[in-house]
Amino acid sequence: MAATTATSMVSGNRVVTVLKDLASRPSGAIGLTLVIFHVALALVSPYIVPFDYKLQNSSLMLTGPDAVHWLGADHLGRDVFSRTLMGGREALLVTGVATPLAVIWGGFIGILFGLVGGRLDEVLMRVVDAFLSLPWILKMLVLIVTFGTGVEVLIPTLAFFYGIPVIRIARAATHDVIARDFVWAAKARGHSRISIIWRELLPNVLDTLMVEGAMRWSWMLLAFSSLSFLGFGVSPPTPDWGLMISDARGFMSFAPWGVIGPVIALSSLIIGINLTADALAKALGIDRAQKAPM
Amino acid sequence: MLMMLIRRIMLGIVTVSLVSLIIFAGVEILPGDACTQYLGEYQADDELLAQCRKDLDLNRPALERFQEWAGGAVTGDLGTAVDGKTKISTIVGDRLKNSLLLAFCAMIVGVPLALLLGVITGLWRDRKPDLIASTLAIFAMTIPEFVSATLLILIFSIWLGWLPGIVLTSASAPASEFFPEILLPVIVLSLVMCAHIMRMVRSSVIEVMESDYVQMATLKGVPYWRMVFSHALPNALLPAINVVALTIAWLLGGVVVIEVVFNYPGLGRLMIDSISDRDLPVVQSIALIVASIYVCVNLAADLLTMLANPKLRTIYTRK
Repeated sequence: MAATTATSMVSGNRVVTVLKDLASRPSGAIGLTLVIFHVALALVSPYIVPFDYKLQNSSLMLTGPDAVHWLGADHLGRDVFSRTLMGGREALLVTGVATPLAVIWGGFIGILFGLVGGRLDEVLMRVVDAFLSLPWILKMLVLIVTFGTGVEVLIPTLAFFYGIPVIRIARAATHDVIARDFVWAAKARGHSRISIIWRELLPNVLDTLMVEGAMRWSWMLLAFSSLSFLGFGVSPPTPDWGLMISDARGFMSFAPWGVIGPVIALSSLIIGINLTADALAKALGIDRAQKAPM
Repeated sequence: MLMMLIRRIMLGIVTVSLVSLIIFAGVEILPGDACTQYLGEYQADDELLAQCRKDLDLNRPALERFQEWAGGAVTGDLGTAVDGKTKISTIVGDRLKNSLLLAFCAMIVGVPLALLLGVITGLWRDRKPDLIASTLAIFAMTIPEFVSATLLILIFSIWLGWLPGIVLTSASAPASEFFPEILLPVIVLSLVMCAHIMRMVRSSVIEVMESDYVQMATLKGVPYWRMVFSHALPNALLPAINVVALTIAWLLGGVVVIEVVFNYPGLGRLMIDSISDRDLPVVQSIALIVASIYVCVNLAADLLTMLANPKLRTIYTRK
């Protein structure tokens, strides 16, 4: 039984192997391309957009696509194409920071309680159950309505609530590992709990956590854009796909171009992340289809 | 078996109690209360604030109020909304009925379709029907609900004009009046749930079809379809019970976005409205109802799985 250590697990070789495997699968290749494209776009879009995203021009109000404004203009006469290009920045920033945070705190607590077990573990699992039984939007909205909709509220809120299901996953994965010989050996050698978590458990749970993180990312993005759509996310005039769709929906019957751009952009990003997560699960040999949604 | 049953029910009760505690504590800890919200700009007036807190009984210790609220909730009395007059059970009652209607319709369409598609894609794995259905499922699962809903409204209601794109019926109207307005939301919801359940069933069918006993049956010369129906499917469909349960819980508590898009007067929209208005008593009640539904549905699913699966039954008897 090979006890892989943290250092060897994250070493360059394995990352390269997994990435190669990932890119060799059709879903992984398409997914990675979409994700990389969107991340790159988010980084460079402010410098390449043809128009200022908040520039209002009343003479352009709701005009259709033409050679100058490729996707037409919205109800305030702003260029839809420019806004679509920039519409993922806030979403990627928030979810890009919140996802690792969620996986780290949820993963740590899950592994720790999986290792410790006993009464405390039992109590924690009931609390986790209780949190999971509440609808996500209710938990988040209560905090957001109280503290505001800024990035500094959204990141910790998303990270906190999306870390809770990770606790469960990490705990279950820990239970699978914990009975194996090398963990017993480490215990017998008198290693501390932190050392067992870091050197024995984490490397073996890491794969599960990575796949979980990729999935959480797409769900978080879904949650973020839904919040924006409902008016609880990004505040105007910042361009955001969810908000843009919500704004343009009212004029959809005669100006559908306001909806179509952000719809394609948002969908392609989320599909990209999902495809990547799927391929990652297969590349790492974890069957994700068995797990229930949310 | 009986012990297991009792244990599971006790755990469910513990979870719901914890939820009520979390909700209540959450509302207490957050800054502001029902009175600061109700009074709005007048909250600076200390006298008004004090009067309001006295009227709404907010001066008593939190623990005492929690006992009263939780005690009332057990008997079905959820208290009054922040205006101090409207009974919460009447507001919530209508919305709950509408949400149940929506969930019921979506299930009737979605669950059989999902099971059928899951079995088909599982049996014909990696062939054309599977590839088409699985690709479509990825789209249905990943595209945000407000996006698919918006697209469907654009296509079916604006361009084709086949179905109404928005619900105009009032919350207290009888169920029959929601047709045909309910159809588009039902289609969107059943698409999403269908995709989730289908994927689950598909992988479960594949797993069972590769198992030893199915291969054994094939080698013994059991006809293919008899083997599928009497050996494979009963086992393959067991795990579906839990996914269906999760989906039902989601339908009854989490379809806020769909309800907003279609202006459907269900529990989800009431939730958003009362959070925006900071009508905390209503928010607490909805949270409690939704969490209880979640716990009950999951409990029911576990029990069903136990009853249907002889293997699990004996494990629990021995324990």
